[in-house]
Amino acid sequence: MAPGGENVFDIGIVGGGVIGSAIAYELSRYNLKIAVFEKEPDVCFGTSGRNSGVLHAGFYYQPGSLKARLCVEGNKIMREWIRLLKVPFKATGKVLVAFDEEEVEELHKLKERGEANGVEGLEIIRENENVEKICPGVKGAIACMYSPATAIFSPYLLTIALAETAHYNGVKYFLNCEIRKVEKENGIFKLKDENGNKYECKWLINATGVHSADFSKMVGINDYRIYPCRGEYLLLDKILAPLLKMPIYPVPAKKVGGHLGVHLTPTPEGPILVGPSAEYIEDPEDYESTPEVMNKLYEEGYKLWPYFKRSDVIRTFSGIRAKPVPPGDTRFFDFVIKEEESIPRFINLIGIESPGLTAAPAIAKMVRGIIEKKEKLTPKENFEPRYLRGERFEELSEEEREKKAGEDPDWGEIICRCEKITRREIIEAIENPLGAKTLASIKFRTRAMMGRCQGGYCLPKIIEILEKEYGYKPEDFQLHKEGSWLFSGRMREND
Amino acid sequence: MTERDVVIIGAGPAGLACATKLKEIGINDVLLIERERKLGGILNQCIHDGFGLHNFKETLTGPEYIERYLEKLYKLDVEILSDTMVVNLFPDKSMILSGPWGREKIRAKAVVLAMGCRERTAGAIWLAGTRPAGIYTAGVAQRLMNIDNYMVGNEVVILGSGDVGLIMARRLVLEGARVLMVLEKLPYSSGLPRNIVQCLEDYDIPLYLKTTVKKVYGKRRIEGVEYVRLDDEGKPIPGSEKFVKCDTLLLSVGLIPENELSREAGVALHPVTGGPIVNDTYQTNIEGIFAAGNVLHVHDLADMASMEGELVAEFAKKYLEGNLPKVDSWIDVKAGAGVRYVLPHKVSRKIDVNFLFRVSEPSRNRYIIVRDGNRIIKRRRVINLHPAVMENIRVKADEMKDASSLEVMVE
Ligand SMILES: Cc1cc2nc3c(=O)[nH]c(=O)nc-3n(C[C@H](O)[C@H](O)[C@H](O)COP(=O)(O)OP(=O)(O)OC[C@H]3O[C@@H](n4cnc5c(N)ncnc54)[C@H](O)[C@@H]3O)c2cc1C
Ligand SMILES: Cc1cc2nc3c(=O)[nH]c(=O)nc-3n(C[C@H](O)[C@H](O)[C@H](O)COP(=O)(O)OP(=O)(O)OC[C@H]3O[C@@H](n4cnc5c(N)ncnc54)[C@H](O)[C@@H]3O)c2cc1C
Repeated sequence: MAPGGENVFDIGIVGGGVIGSAIAYELSRYNLKIAVFEKEPDVCFGTSGRNSGVLHAGFYYQPGSLKARLCVEGNKIMREWIRLLKVPFKATGKVLVAFDEEEVEELHKLKERGEANGVEGLEIIRENENVEKICPGVKGAIACMYSPATAIFSPYLLTIALAETAHYNGVKYFLNCEIRKVEKENGIFKLKDENGNKYECKWLINATGVHSADFSKMVGINDYRIYPCRGEYLLLDKILAPLLKMPIYPVPAKKVGGHLGVHLTPTPEGPILVGPSAEYIEDPEDYESTPEVMNKLYEEGYKLWPYFKRSDVIRTFSGIRAKPVPPGDTRFFDFVIKEEESIPRFINLIGIESPGLTAAPAIAKMVRGIIEKKEKLTPKENFEPRYLRGERFEELSEEEREKKAGEDPDWGEIICRCEKITRREIIEAIENPLGAKTLASIKFRTRAMMGRCQGGYCLPKIIEILEKEYGYKPEDFQLHKEGSWLFSGRMREND
Repeated sequence: MTERDVVIIGAGPAGLACATKLKEIGINDVLLIERERKLGGILNQCIHDGFGLHNFKETLTGPEYIERYLEKLYKLDVEILSDTMVVNLFPDKSMILSGPWGREKIRAKAVVLAMGCRERTAGAIWLAGTRPAGIYTAGVAQRLMNIDNYMVGNEVVILGSGDVGLIMARRLVLEGARVLMVLEKLPYSSGLPRNIVQCLEDYDIPLYLKTTVKKVYGKRRIEGVEYVRLDDEGKPIPGSEKFVKCDTLLLSVGLIPENELSREAGVALHPVTGGPIVNDTYQTNIEGIFAAGNVLHVHDLADMASMEGELVAEFAKKYLEGNLPKVDSWIDVKAGAGVRYVLPHKVSRKIDVNFLFRVSEPSRNRYIIVRDGNRIIKRRRVINLHPAVMENIRVKADEMKDASSLEVMVE
């Protein structure tokens, strides 16, 4: 189909989180002209960079639902994608622990439900010693359910790898580009961004996460509402990593619709997450950390796993769920993924909360299926499914490191001491294909500034690289969003 | 793998002093490793004066103080490897070095840890609210301003009254910023009394004790903080919250000895100091690994860090020559009433020891006492005690040779 014109596309995807980027990656296999519009300066600044990073097995969700089916499917496809895209991943398995008989009963229900959904290997373990054997450190539990299909991975690196690989395969990314207006004329969607730039596309995909109901309204569908629900986290020093083998979850609470409860989750890089909480809030981008919740996270996390101290916390943060149900409503609501009947070729994705991350590849394939019903998709001959960007130095063997450092000074120079990130990796991050240029973009791509000193050592070094090698002026440095300036100017005139 | 006699990790005041001293007393095979291009450690960014009062009997800036050591170092021809980070340290005293020149594994007969310390961060103090730009630790702001030529903001609130924060308060005012207030959760400042006078009082910057930041506002750049008074238990007093507009928040909430490498090598750390547990020869639990300076415990004066480095040089030499006293039983040194920690943590009773310690709270007209059970070994009157100021008391080997326990306390 491929209409002409620079800002004219076959497919316009609004929202560059994991969902938008997974769709972009999946569709970039075909001869299509695709654009992704992302209002933030980078792709993982929304929910996709702020979650537990768990590859869910699929036992929580109602059999027959999209959540259940796409989670189980997504879990399988994701393993392949993670391999191709070199995303940090660990096949840890997971345990849900029960402290009383009522909870044990709930475990049995979950197991049945999981089996109905096609989840493999679920096992209920009754004797306390065995609970401890599978997951050392769980104290006081009378039983647990072990799920071998659950795993952990880096959600923001997945999102970045999807986006950058899609970009490599021809998808155009517009960052700092908030779509403010949509009109449909002669069957073509006409989009306008905040700066008045115009774009056209034949298909329009709403992947705007917590903003999906508002965006849907903008297109003319008023049927949805999203209730933002914040989840706060504590992040623990990776010194504790050897003590936590796998995610430990409580039996899900009934209170907040589908909330999985405060859990402990290792990350593939080592730091441990405690959280998330669940609280409905007004502002869909209020990523606050609150003293009450931080204390509650500590208490609830400590109850499950009494191995951490308050002083092990290196960072707090929060993410926001796109809940389709209001506070107090405990009914099950499914993902909405469909072409809107009243507006042909407008594909709506609403309420993509957990397990949205896990389901992302399956969601992307489902969206492709919707398009395929109306369009003939021809595969691109030179599609590159693999992520072409560099290696993580710390993951190489010492022999390989020695060799690389001997060949290139940038591999030898360590910029981030906590995570041992080399100058080469920083430079690759700065030169990322999407052109994302904030400090947070460098942080997400490299892990520099994410360790226990939180940039105390490497921030000035990264700033120096940006200044000396990329000509940054004081006003060019932004932490994340536009307006998050680092410097008010120079101390003195440069000589 | 090359073998060295002594490798010193870190070329701040402690490492520099240790390296020069070792050469002076006849140890030739000394390698000083520094991850920065420039030697001198934290003092390179300390352009204020007040250094060298003990060691040079004059008041110098950080870079001037360092210059004195560098002159000696070059004259003595100490081997220096700068731009080189020690990335791993193993219990057998081998280590991996990494730098723009490449990567290499070497091994030392003796290792001196002199890696200094790092700052506590917003996450470490559970800072509540949003995470906008404009929140810096004081040391990072100091480096960005004094070395990298960047102004970090215009309207500043400082949380914590550590020395770095106090010095930065003055520095920011001198550069035309408005420093609105310094907040400290304790009932007393955690910085040196002289810095309270010279950096805050002289510039009319208010210090609010028993007060902390309750919440940070702002999504992009920080827009203000809500601060709150604390009661005697350190709990926020409801209703005492106030908001202050600012575009910058500096944190000066404590320093932590940088012991990632030490830990990897199996060096046991002390829960209070955060540095290695050492005996009276400044040797850690791993034979041949010594520690000096801020990596061992946070010093308020660079001169003291240097002196510790020199002391360790003497012990490292004795160690290499097999001349450290043979000890069958160490005795632990306890921090008694009013004392937060005492160093060294273990003594042989075979050599004289200058005990270094910090008190738990400010007080006046007290006695410092070293005792063995009820037997008082040493007692000295002091007029002023402050947690920010490191105290010391000397005890001769003779005086403690019959001791079966040791405790340092304030009465
Ligand atoms: C606390 C928490 C924990 C979770 N844990 C897990 C887990 O362990 N496993 C799991 O599978 N799932 C988990 N999830 C769910 C998962 O994170 C989400 O389903 C997934 O990240 C949603 O991705 P997204 O792309 O829809 O949203 P986002 O990542 O938010 O992407 C939407 C993007 O759209 C952009 N945008 C919005 N409006 C516009 C506009 N008008 N123009 C341009 N761009 C726009 C936004 O800036 C944003 O980047 C968790 C969620 C939360 C909140
Ligand atoms: C802001 C501030 C103001 C101060 N003001 C005063 C003052 O006015 N007067 C005064 O007397 N004292 C002052 N001090 C105290 C004094 O500076 C310190 O006590 C002293 O610098 C400690 O020396 P050090 O050698 O232990 O550590 P540092 O000076 O921190 O040196 C440690 C060195 O080790 C290097 N290093 C660490 N890890 C590695 C590794 N893995 N590989 C290679 N190299 C490594 C570091 O790069 C650094 O150069 C101040 C301190 C600060 C932070």
